[in-house]
Parts: sequence; C-alpha cells; structure tokens
Amino acid sequence: MVQLNTKIGSLELKNPVMTASGTFGYGTEYADFMDINRLGAIIVKGTTLNPRQGNPYPRMAETPSGMLNAVGLQNKGVDYFVDHIYPEVRKFQTNVIVNVSGSSIEDYAQCASIINTLDDIPAIELNISCPNVKQGGMAFGVKPESAAQVVSAVRKAYDKTLIVKLSPNVTDITEIARAVEGAGADSVSLINTMLGMAIDAERRRPILSTVTGGMSGPAVKPVALRMVWQVAKAVKIPVIGLGGICSATDAIEFLLAGASAIQIGTANFIDPSISEKVVDGIEDYLTRHGFNSVQEIIGALEVI
Amino acid sequence: MLVADNRMVAPSATLLTLQYPGELPDMVAGQFAELQVPSAKVLLRRPISIHAIDRSKSLVMFLIQIVGEGTQSLARLKAGDKVNALLPLGNGFSYRTTHVARPLLVGGGVGVAPLLFLGQELEAHGIRPTFLFGGRTENLILRKEEFRKYGDLFMTTEDGTAGEKGFVTNHSLLMDSEQFDRIYACGPTPMLKAIARWAMDHETACEVSLEHRMACGIGACLCCVEDTADKGNVCVCKEGPVFTIDKLKWFN
Repeated sequence: MVQLNTKIGSLELKNPVMTASGTFGYGTEYADFMDINRLGAIIVKGTTLNPRQGNPYPRMAETPSGMLNAVGLQNKGVDYFVDHIYPEVRKFQTNVIVNVSGSSIEDYAQCASIINTLDDIPAIELNISCPNVKQGGMAFGVKPESAAQVVSAVRKAYDKTLIVKLSPNVTDITEIARAVEGAGADSVSLINTMLGMAIDAERRRPILSTVTGGMSGPAVKPVALRMVWQVAKAVKIPVIGLGGICSATDAIEFLLAGASAIQIGTANFIDPSISEKVVDGIEDYLTRHGFNSVQEIIGALEVI
Repeated sequence: MLVADNRMVAPSATLLTLQYPGELPDMVAGQFAELQVPSAKVLLRRPISIHAIDRSKSLVMFLIQIVGEGTQSLARLKAGDKVNALLPLGNGFSYRTTHVARPLLVGGGVGVAPLLFLGQELEAHGIRPTFLFGGRTENLILRKEEFRKYGDLFMTTEDGTAGEKGFVTNHSLLMDSEQFDRIYACGPTPMLKAIARWAMDHETACEVSLEHRMACGIGACLCCVEDTADKGNVCVCKEGPVFTIDKLKWFN
C-alpha cells in the first residue's frame, strides 16, 4: 500500500491531485461523473468581492493541443458564495479551496478575510495572474513588488493556508515566486494561462471578444514543467504544478520536477472523470516502481 | 458507445448512429451530446444535438455537418468503433411543460438536426408539426423525406431551387400569423434573430436553440455564455441551448 498523502503548508491532502480553478465549477457539476471525495482538493472558481459579469461571448477558441479562454472571472461575488455555494461544497469530504481574485489590494484582502471565517475552507489560492481582466489580476502578478504587496495585505487578513497562483507571462518567474514567499505565501501554484490569441482569417477578426486570452491545455505543458522545475529550486515553500496535465504520467512529471501537488485543468473538459483516473495512475506508477510514498518522487528528477 | 452506422447524407453531412448500452436515458428534443473526437489533432469534445432516437433499439442519431477536423474525424467513424459521449446535456425544447397545439419548426442548415427528434416527440403527443426550412440551395436542406414522415415540410432557398426563393421569414406560410401558436427554431444566428423578430412582432411564443462555442458542456468552464434579461451571462450548455426569446437581450 503506497502512501499518496502530501502537504501544502499545514494543509494535509490525501493525495496530490487537485482540480484547477475555473475548470471544475464548484465541483457539483462533476458529481455525476466521478467521486469528488477521492481528490486531494478541489479549487473552486475565481471569486471576487463583488459580482462580475465576465467578458462578452465569444470567450473560447480551440487551438492546436490547447484552448484560449477569456471568461474574465465571471462569478456572483463572495457573499453569494458564502450564502449559497459554501453550504453545498462544505459537504464534500475533500479540501475545498477558494480561488480569490480582485481588482485592488483592498478587494483581495477583504474577500480573503470573509473566506477566512468559513470553517470548512482550509486554504485560498490567490489569483494574481488572470490575464483576462483589465484591472488587477495579472497586473499584480508580473512584478515582484506588486505581487509582494498584495500577498502581504492578504496575509494580514487571512490566517490559514495561503497559496499564490503565478503567471507565466513574465521574464523570470522565480523572482515573483521568491517575492511572494518573502511576503508570507505558504505555497505557490503555477502556471496560470499563457497570454495568447487566435484570428479568424476569413472574417479578418479576432475569435475572442477580448482579442487576447489565456492559453491552456497540453500545448503549454513543457513551459509549465520548466517553470515548476525552476521555481521548486528557487523557493522553500511547496510548489503546486499545473499546466496541460492530461494523464497520470503528466502528473508524475510535475512531481519529479519538484511539485508537491498538481492540478488538473483543461483535461476536465475532455474527460470529466480524468482527475480520479490520475489518482489511480499515480498509485500504479508508485507501485510499479517500488516506491512506498509519493514523497519519494517529489523533486526526484535525476539530472546528469 | 458503439457506432452502429455512419453514412453521408449530403456532400458535407454525415448521419452518425450510436448504440447506447442498455435502456436509453430520458431525453428531451433539443438536448445535445458532447462527443469525444477520435483525432489527436482535436482537443475538445464537439457538442452535437440529438437528431433522433430509436428507443426500442437504444439508438441515438446525430446529423453532423462537416466543417473542420473535429467533424471530419467523426464522419470517418465506422460501425463498431467506440465513441465516448456525454449525454443528454442541456435543457431541450419546452413541449413537455408548455401547451402547444400548432407548432412551427423552423430550421436552417444543420440546425434542422434537433427538429426531427422534436417532430418525433410531438407526433407521440398527437401533434402534427409544420416544418419550415431554409438553405442556400436545395441539396443543403437535409433529410427532407425523414421530416415529411412527421409533418408538412415547407422550404425556402436563396437560389430558388426548392420551395420559395428567399429566406424563411419571407415564406408565404407566415402571411397568416394566427396559424401557429409556438415556434421552435434552430439554425444560424441571423436566421434565429429574424424569426425571433417576426415572432415578437406577431406575438407568437418562440424558442430558439443556440449553437455557441463550448468547451466542457456541463456548465463548469463558462465559455459558452449568452446574455439574458433575468440572469445576465448564463451557460448555453446548461441553461440552454434552448431559450424563449423573451429571455434573450437580442432587441434591447
């Protein structure tokens, strides 16, 4: 029997498999397809202090081995989450983590402080890397100073596990990772989507209403893997890896690169039960290679 | 699900029949399936409306217009191949919950697909629908003989090769606006907007099925949204694909 459990700060996970924010709704959407409680955690969709309508349609473009989205953080706001969603998601027998976004430092801190009062939410993932909103989002996450500022403010308002989600749209992601570590983050998750665009040549127009959008899916995996490897060496806090993970093998690669846990995103759209299959696949891999625990493969990449 | 049959029914449309293992789940006309595409080049599933069902044989049929790599791959499937399908998804037309006696089913292009299932369902309720289909030319109006089994079929074509020349909203059938008590429509957005405008002007109840770009198909990714009067942006895959036109913000 191999040990699949892992830790993110003080947060205990029964296995390293999480679902990525924005790809798994509130978990309830997937209950028909799999057993949510088998996952290490689910990260529910981006929540902001005030309701947001998101961007106009079209918000999605399929690209080779990937997709672009420009949802723009559509959500009904944190109060709606507390009153209507939380009573449902707290019933899950897995960690429910809320992804928190904002357009000002005050918004982030206030939203985090409201979620801090919810007993059954053991962690938040701070989204300083959304490429699809005009204000806030990625603007905070592309400079070490502003990233540290927002994390410091949230740290004061939030006393449970604080994960910070990093943008790949930077020159040196390790700089940002170190800055948020210094500001009190318990963990970093990476990568958020890569800024991209798609054009409809026949109509001579962009496909997305916002022209540019966030790219995800298998196409971004090599970049994500490289960044996870770099960041895992640069910080002492645990790293959560994501970006194009579609199989247990993909997940293992991120663990080997130094991730203590992984998230599955776009692959949920293709196979709504993929995350459960990845849990099983990681266990098979560990057994096949004679490991007793998933901890033995975290950062175990052998570089000659 | 296993492919029972797959055959071209027009130069660029295939009729895919899948065998459901066991008894078919309850399905409402207007609902759709998310079909996994058997091609490494295609990442996302393709949302395809349910064209018809055969409950006695547990068959589900899809009328698929071939437009790109995804639909081409679906067209290449052979009997005996396996297809991963999520179904039934979405809400469907309201015929089970709202009264209808004289329905008009308006379709354009491959948008006629869900209207055959709707015709089957209406017939089972003892209602004979009228179909009004539009297309660029005669052979782009798909499966005419099948539709005629369930109701009268009227057509418009842009080149005049079948039915009346012009668009569906110009058809003489619509001269008598009292003839129909509800319109169900599926097709290209300009056609839907035209028929919705006609329905509004003539105070006729109207439901339209939208074909937005989708990723997940189950209301999780929030990609396929339509702006609505009462709820703002909602997922077409979950709250739709069928909307009564008074819910949409097309004309204000």
